[in-house]
Amino acid sequence: MSRLSITPWENSQRTIDDLYADMERRISAAPCGNCPVELTSAFLKLCLAQSCGKCVPCRIGLDRLSDLLDRLLDGDGSEEDLETILRSAQSIVDSADCAIGFEAAQMVLDGYVAFRDDYLAHVAQGSCTANFKSVPCVELCPAHVDAPGYISLVGEGRYDDAIRLIRKDNPFPSVCALVCEHPCETHCRRSIVDAPLNIRGIKRFAVDNSGDVPAPPCAPATGKHVAIVGGGPSGLTAAYFLSLMGHKVTVFEKKAELGGMLCYGIPLYRLPAAYLNRDIDCILSTGVEVKLECCVGVDVTMEELRRDYDSVYVAIGATMHKKLGIPGEDSAGVISAIQLLDHSVRDVKPDFTGMNVVVVGGGNVAMDATRISVRLGAKSVKCVYRRRVSDMTALEEEIAGAMAEGCEILPLKAPVRITADEYGRVTGLVVQPQVIGEVRGGRPAPRDANQPEELIPCDVVLVAVGQVVDSKSFAASGMPTNRDNLITADDGSIPELEGVFSGGDCVSGPATVILAVAAGKVAAASIDEYLGCHTDISANLEVPPAPFRLQGATGRVDLTEREASWRKNDFELMENSMSEQEMHQECSRCLRCDHYGHAGFKGGRSAKW
Amino acid sequence: MVTLTIDKRSVTVPEGTTILDAAKQADIHIPTLCYLRDINEVGACRVCAVEVEGVNKLATACNTLVENDMVVHTNTPRVRIARKTNVELILSQHVDHCVTCVRSGNCSLQKLSKDMNIQSVPYELDAQERPWDNSLPILRDSSKCIKCLRCVSVCDRVQSLGVWEVTGSGAHTTLRVHGGPKMNEANCAFCGQCVAHCPVGALRERDDTEKVFDALMDPEKEVVFQIAPAVRGAWGEMLDLSPELATEKRMAAAVRALGVKHVLDTTFAADLTIMEESSEFVERLTHPEESILPQFTSCCPGWVRFLRTEFPHLVPHLSSAKSPQQMFGAIAKSYYAKLLGKNPEDIFCVSVMPCIAKKYEADVPEVNNASEKDVDVVLTARELGRMIRACHINVASLPEEDFDHPLGASSGAGVIFGVTGGVMEAALRTAYWQITGENPPPDAFQEVRGQKPWKEASFTIQGTTVRLAVVSGLSSARALMEAVQSGQAEYDFIEVMACPGGCSGGGGQPIHDGVNLTTERAERLYALDAANEIRFSHENPEIKALYKEYLDKPLSYKSHELLHTNQADWTL
Repeated sequence: MSRLSITPWENSQRTIDDLYADMERRISAAPCGNCPVELTSAFLKLCLAQSCGKCVPCRIGLDRLSDLLDRLLDGDGSEEDLETILRSAQSIVDSADCAIGFEAAQMVLDGYVAFRDDYLAHVAQGSCTANFKSVPCVELCPAHVDAPGYISLVGEGRYDDAIRLIRKDNPFPSVCALVCEHPCETHCRRSIVDAPLNIRGIKRFAVDNSGDVPAPPCAPATGKHVAIVGGGPSGLTAAYFLSLMGHKVTVFEKKAELGGMLCYGIPLYRLPAAYLNRDIDCILSTGVEVKLECCVGVDVTMEELRRDYDSVYVAIGATMHKKLGIPGEDSAGVISAIQLLDHSVRDVKPDFTGMNVVVVGGGNVAMDATRISVRLGAKSVKCVYRRRVSDMTALEEEIAGAMAEGCEILPLKAPVRITADEYGRVTGLVVQPQVIGEVRGGRPAPRDANQPEELIPCDVVLVAVGQVVDSKSFAASGMPTNRDNLITADDGSIPELEGVFSGGDCVSGPATVILAVAAGKVAAASIDEYLGCHTDISANLEVPPAPFRLQGATGRVDLTEREASWRKNDFELMENSMSEQEMHQECSRCLRCDHYGHAGFKGGRSAKW
Repeated sequence: MVTLTIDKRSVTVPEGTTILDAAKQADIHIPTLCYLRDINEVGACRVCAVEVEGVNKLATACNTLVENDMVVHTNTPRVRIARKTNVELILSQHVDHCVTCVRSGNCSLQKLSKDMNIQSVPYELDAQERPWDNSLPILRDSSKCIKCLRCVSVCDRVQSLGVWEVTGSGAHTTLRVHGGPKMNEANCAFCGQCVAHCPVGALRERDDTEKVFDALMDPEKEVVFQIAPAVRGAWGEMLDLSPELATEKRMAAAVRALGVKHVLDTTFAADLTIMEESSEFVERLTHPEESILPQFTSCCPGWVRFLRTEFPHLVPHLSSAKSPQQMFGAIAKSYYAKLLGKNPEDIFCVSVMPCIAKKYEADVPEVNNASEKDVDVVLTARELGRMIRACHINVASLPEEDFDHPLGASSGAGVIFGVTGGVMEAALRTAYWQITGENPPPDAFQEVRGQKPWKEASFTIQGTTVRLAVVSGLSSARALMEAVQSGQAEYDFIEVMACPGGCSGGGGQPIHDGVNLTTERAERLYALDAANEIRFSHENPEIKALYKEYLDKPLSYKSHELLHTNQADWTL
């Protein structure tokens, strides 16, 4: 007999792998608000099942930890038990032989630190403080848009009603149909069956197929007047809802057009002006007054706004680009990505024909700059990033799209200096190769590789390493800041300045459209209460009942893009919509978590806010 | 209309009908457990599972709507096994000490298990044991809770209080008082609607029957029973008596058969309450500039607790009149004790109430002012039934007997205290007399009758228009209070009862899972009113005597001392 043989891939192992894959999908679809102690206990049992049983800390320690957690869950735990849990977990971390043991115990320790109040509640009250959230997509949408509601409306062909229902929580259905990062999809329960629903794609279908949907009527005038500083998504959201609540609203916008980053920060091939204008027109139709090219701090002061208006909402965004801070950055041909985006939407597009462009950064803005450069005729576009491709914060599909359009991603290169010719024009970017290193602050940190610097010759360097808030004049008027971000309470109010509220990117730092919308919605509710009102916002429509025939495992419909070789030549919308056939199939995949499961009992739908 | 087939029978029902209701129409019985119509249609127990042709999974009949051409089978092997398995699973989390359970013989789980011929459970028993303060009026036995979620839904949707909440996840999912405090520290009204809708013995009232049996054995004690108006409309249900046999007078005989020497009537005290409360109302109405209007009735302690916790700034609207139970206790331990030549502490006053909140009320220190405790023990109608059964009294064979006197005579106005709208109607009958000096036709104010949760009416008495509202159920009370505080609703007199339908639907009344007898009980009380020769509280001769001999007149110094209270001071 031979000394070696090819080990057949056993059927049983294949089944186990399939089960693991099912479990991975289930974990990715974890409901929000589960009891953390219960989950830790369940995870521990899985870890224990993976233990080989050799070493004491893993074999017995994990089992005893599991027993102690179960005591807590049964309401029989004590303070001493908590101490024993901590001591035992630390000992297992310290002394288990392999990662199966020490990482399991570390998980218990991490969970204990993060959820200490829950552990204490289990001891004190015999139950926890966790609060099960019924509908994952609604919970995870920062603006809590009623996704199952509008999906079922779209499925019935009621596109106008779908838009009405979305607008109850978010006045930017068209914008979000194209550019929302769709956090709603991340814990979609459908993942347990096959894959998350394409919720944004369904919204896109509604937006493309709905008619002209007028805004609902405004509540009777309250006689109150609110000033909104900044005409971006957050400011306009607040303006819309406050207007519906019967308040008079005036928006002060520094630039010539409304929309903020939606207008000046998102390339037209992702968000054509027609989509943005459709949302803005609806918002303005409620009677919102707008003062364009009016810079608060220059043309009018915060003090004047506070004096002349009953309340002020500051939503100035994060519009100032960060610098690299390396030599040569002031050379001609070094442009901030934000500036490029700003220019590209207006008819002052630079011409990159025949030029070599290097983009520095790994976020979505870097990808936008990369793909705009292609469209502006660049001969080559390279994206330089300090870490690995998998560490880039840009959406995966953005990176893939850029690469399909012919861009190159150069990972693990840290910019060192920019070289220039005798006229001060960029000739290249010098980078230091990096090696990925230890995890620090949750992310693997790069460090210099033992390799020499490299020169990347180029004519243009686009800097996309983040934006900051231009808050100086607001800080001077007494608004508290942390670094450059404004600081507010959770309801958007600023305790130091009565009647002043703030939200969106200027509070959170650069984030997403839907987070800005959510902040505007919260601010509208807070300002309404501050003005002594309590006007409900509702859509006043019936959502179709949940069907009880649910679609069996079915693939997710992904949206396609126009062919790369074509789309890279123009600024036309690059993403294709679903077909009607695809839309029906996708809508039928919705598991209607607003009806089935916990929601049938509680929390299925908030008809108003 | 939708036409479908259930068990080979064609059924046509309106769109939006559930399979459960469609089956009922075709005389097909589908078992349920967690289901409560309009209140808890959550599909938690999965006992109503049925098979629908063309659908892989079983559907729950209680919350699945019918479709055209649907073919439903309610009796297939798969259905039977799934239902049985689910009941067995529930039993594995339920301590089934049926013989010592208060709900034995009236337990939906016990009945299901029997119906399904379950003689053993293949799973190990793993019930939750959580501590509870057994001195509270409402007791919870976690080892019997089947997580049907009815208590949560009733408290949320019917009473708008949200006292119960679900906590934990997975197998450790449990119910607790919202946020984790004791019930009396939460905003619980002690209305007992959760108890009345619990399908098993997980929620029940504190049983005080042994205290009464002890008192009956004590030669030093004069045991005085007062029986609430609403109890006479329902007491027979506990003893399987037909309505014809379950008369007021046979109830008096049954209580006397327990060994009670003084069988008296809370209805007498209801008449007394009317004398005080309507006098107070007429006083407020005729001096509006120095009075707080609208006046709220104060006889329901669940409502008083609700107002204290939810709308504390509206508490001054409450009539300062004590409830009939507490007025009775105060009179029993003063006037009645004097008549008997006894000391107040020799009187042991027991009340029989359709209510659990009354157990709380009797324990409020600030409400007792004739003695340390004017009402020593409060029994629910259910506890009275259990006492009669414990003594093996053959009630059907008892001849009818009268209440003892005094404190046993009552008017028809007093009897309808047990129904939503009844206090208002009784008060108006007397207020009319107080204002005009003559009696109105006794049924002049019957517009406030009926089971609607929010009723309104207005009557003009000698040129003065009186605007009235009557609500029952605390979510209606909340809506009304919100309307009152926002100025949207303007009334002069408001009657509130915490339980839907008033005391007839009280949390201490006999329980029949899935059957609501509130209307039938109310009709019995209206029939007693109509049959009574005395229709006005102010014409009750024993009330007249009480004022003449002891209290002087309504709102007198003595009345204030014994019959009025400041609810704002009550210990919650």
